[in-house]
Amino acid sequence: MPLIALVIFVQLLTDWTDTKFYLTQLTMSAYYTLLIVGLCILMGYAGQISLGHAGFFAIGGYISGALTTRNLLAFEKSSSVEFLDGLGVIVRGQDIYGEALMVIAPWAACLVAIITAGLIAWILGIPVLKLKGHYLAMATLGFGVIIYRIVLASEYFGEADGISEVPAFPLFGGLEVSGDFGTRVENYYIAWGLLIVCMVLLRNLIQSRAGRALRSIHSSEDAAESMGVNTSRYKLQIFVLSAVFAAVAGVFLTHYNGGIGPSEAGVMKSVRYVAIVAVGGMAHLWGALIMGVVLNFLSLRGVFGSYDDAVFGAILILIMLFAPNGILSLNWKEMLTKLFRQSGREQNVGRDR
Amino acid sequence: MALLEISGLGKSFGGLRAVNDVSFSVEEGAIKAVIGPNGAGKTTLFNLITGTLPATTGTVTFNGKRIDGKRSHQIAALGMARTFQNIKLFHDMTVLENVMIGRHTRSSAGFLASMFHMPWTWKEEKSIRHKSMEILEMLGISEHADTEATSLAFGQQRTVELARALALEPTILLLDEPAAGLNIYETAEIGRLIGRIRALDVTVLLVEHDMSLVMDVSDEIVVLSFGEKIAEDVPAAIQQNDEVVKVYLGE
Repeated sequence: MPLIALVIFVQLLTDWTDTKFYLTQLTMSAYYTLLIVGLCILMGYAGQISLGHAGFFAIGGYISGALTTRNLLAFEKSSSVEFLDGLGVIVRGQDIYGEALMVIAPWAACLVAIITAGLIAWILGIPVLKLKGHYLAMATLGFGVIIYRIVLASEYFGEADGISEVPAFPLFGGLEVSGDFGTRVENYYIAWGLLIVCMVLLRNLIQSRAGRALRSIHSSEDAAESMGVNTSRYKLQIFVLSAVFAAVAGVFLTHYNGGIGPSEAGVMKSVRYVAIVAVGGMAHLWGALIMGVVLNFLSLRGVFGSYDDAVFGAILILIMLFAPNGILSLNWKEMLTKLFRQSGREQNVGRDR
Repeated sequence: MALLEISGLGKSFGGLRAVNDVSFSVEEGAIKAVIGPNGAGKTTLFNLITGTLPATTGTVTFNGKRIDGKRSHQIAALGMARTFQNIKLFHDMTVLENVMIGRHTRSSAGFLASMFHMPWTWKEEKSIRHKSMEILEMLGISEHADTEATSLAFGQQRTVELARALALEPTILLLDEPAAGLNIYETAEIGRLIGRIRALDVTVLLVEHDMSLVMDVSDEIVVLSFGEKIAEDVPAAIQQNDEVVKVYLGE
C-alpha cells in the first residue's frame, strides 16, 4: 500500500516539477527490478546462485523482438505460416519505409518468448541445479556466455546491432507498452503495476508452505529432504519461475525501448543483477526492490558515466566486505553516533592543546 | 511382521566397508538402540535407512514396503522422521517456522496456489500453525516459538529438532545421538522426552553414546563394531556380553 502511494506520488512530483523525463528511467528501472526481485527469491531465499540471468532476460527480449519484426512475407505461401495466420497470430502492416510487413502479433511473440525461457531454464536446471555454490555459479555463467555469443553471432538476432523498430505491445483497454512520449505516464503505471503485482505474488510465496520449503533448502538440503521436501523439484521450480520473471522483464523492456542489443545479454549485466541483490541484502525482497530501482535509475541516468560496470563491481566488493547482509541491515543509528562521538573527541583533544 | 526390517545392509566407501551385512528388525512400538565405539558405522547405518546415502548391498523394508533406493523425501512421506547428530535446524527461521516445515508432508499447497494465495491454502496454513504450536506446547518450548531457532541454547535446539521431527507425525523416529553435547540434566530430560514420544505410539530407533540413557530407555540394543553387528539383545544381557565389553574396554 505505501508503495502504491509512493509510486503515484513520484509521478505527480515529476508532473509538478516538470521533470517528466525522469519517468522514462523510472519505467525502465521497474522492469529491471522485476528481474532482480525474481533473482532475489532464487538467491536469497532458496540459496541458489545464478550468473546467467541476463541470458534469460535476453531470451525473452530477443525472441519477442525478433518475432515481431522479422518479415514473414517471403514465406507467405508456406503451410506453417498459413497455419499461423489461421490461428490469428499474424499481423500485417507497413514498416517505416512503407513496405509491406507481415509479423507475429506481440501477445503471441510474448507468450513464445516466456515459454521458451521457462523451457530452457527447465532443461538447463535439471543438470546444473545438482551443483552447489561456486560450481553452480560457474555453470550458470557458462550459460550466460553461450546466450551472449548466440545473439552476437546470429544474423536472425541482428548480430552486434541487435534488433530495432520493435513495435508497441498493445495490452487491454487501449493501453500499449511503447516508448512513445505521449504514453509516458501510462507506461510508468504499466511497469510499476506489473512490478507491484509480482511483488505481491512473491511475498505470498515466501510466506507459504512452498516458501518455507525453499528457505529450508537454503539452510540444509539434507534436513529439508528428511522433512519430506523434494529439494530437487523445488529448486527446479524456483529456477524456472525466476527465469520467467527475467524473461517477462526482457519482453516488456524490449517493446518499451523499441529494441534490444547484445549488451543486454552480457555477463556484466548478470554480475550487476547479482550485485544489486547482494546490496539489497540477499534474503530481503524489499531491499532488492529499493536497490533495484535506485541503482538502475542512477545507472540509466548516466550518473556513473563510463565507469558503470566498474561501479557495480566496486559495490559488490564493498558490500561483501562491510555489509554482507545488505545495507538495509546495517545499524545506521549506531554507526552515526559512533562517528559523531569520534569527531567530538577530536575536538576536545584540540582544545586541550 | 516387524515395522522396520533391515537385511544384509552394507555400504562401502572405496575400499572401506563402513557397514557390512547388518541385519536386524524393529518391532512396532519398541525403542531400539544402536551402540558401538566411534567409527563403528552407526551414523552411516542411519543415513542408509533414511535414504541420505544409497546402500551398496541389502534391503530395508518399512511398513511392508521396500524403501532402499528411494529418496529421502519419499521415505519421509511414508512416515519416517529423523534428527541429526550435529543439529541441523533451519537458520534465519523461527522455532515455529522450523516446526511448521515438519508439516510439509501433511499439507499440499504448491507454488502457484501459494503465490495466488488461494482460499483453501489459508485453512491449511492455519492448521499447520495450530498443530505446530501444539507440539511445541507438548515439549514445553512454546514460549520460544517466535525466537530464531539457531539462537537458542544447545539443549533447546535439540528439543526443537525433536519437535520438527514429531510434526511429521511419524510412525518411526530415528534419533542420531540425541544426548551428544548435553549435560546430565539435559540428558535426563531427553530420556523423559523419549518416554513421552513412546506414549504417542511412535516407534524409536536411536544411536547413542550415553550408556546410562541407552540402558534406561531401550527395549533392545544392537551393538556395532567396525561396521558389523556383534550383538543384539536386551540391555541387561548386553551389559554381561563378553564381546561387547571387550569392544568397549579393550582386551
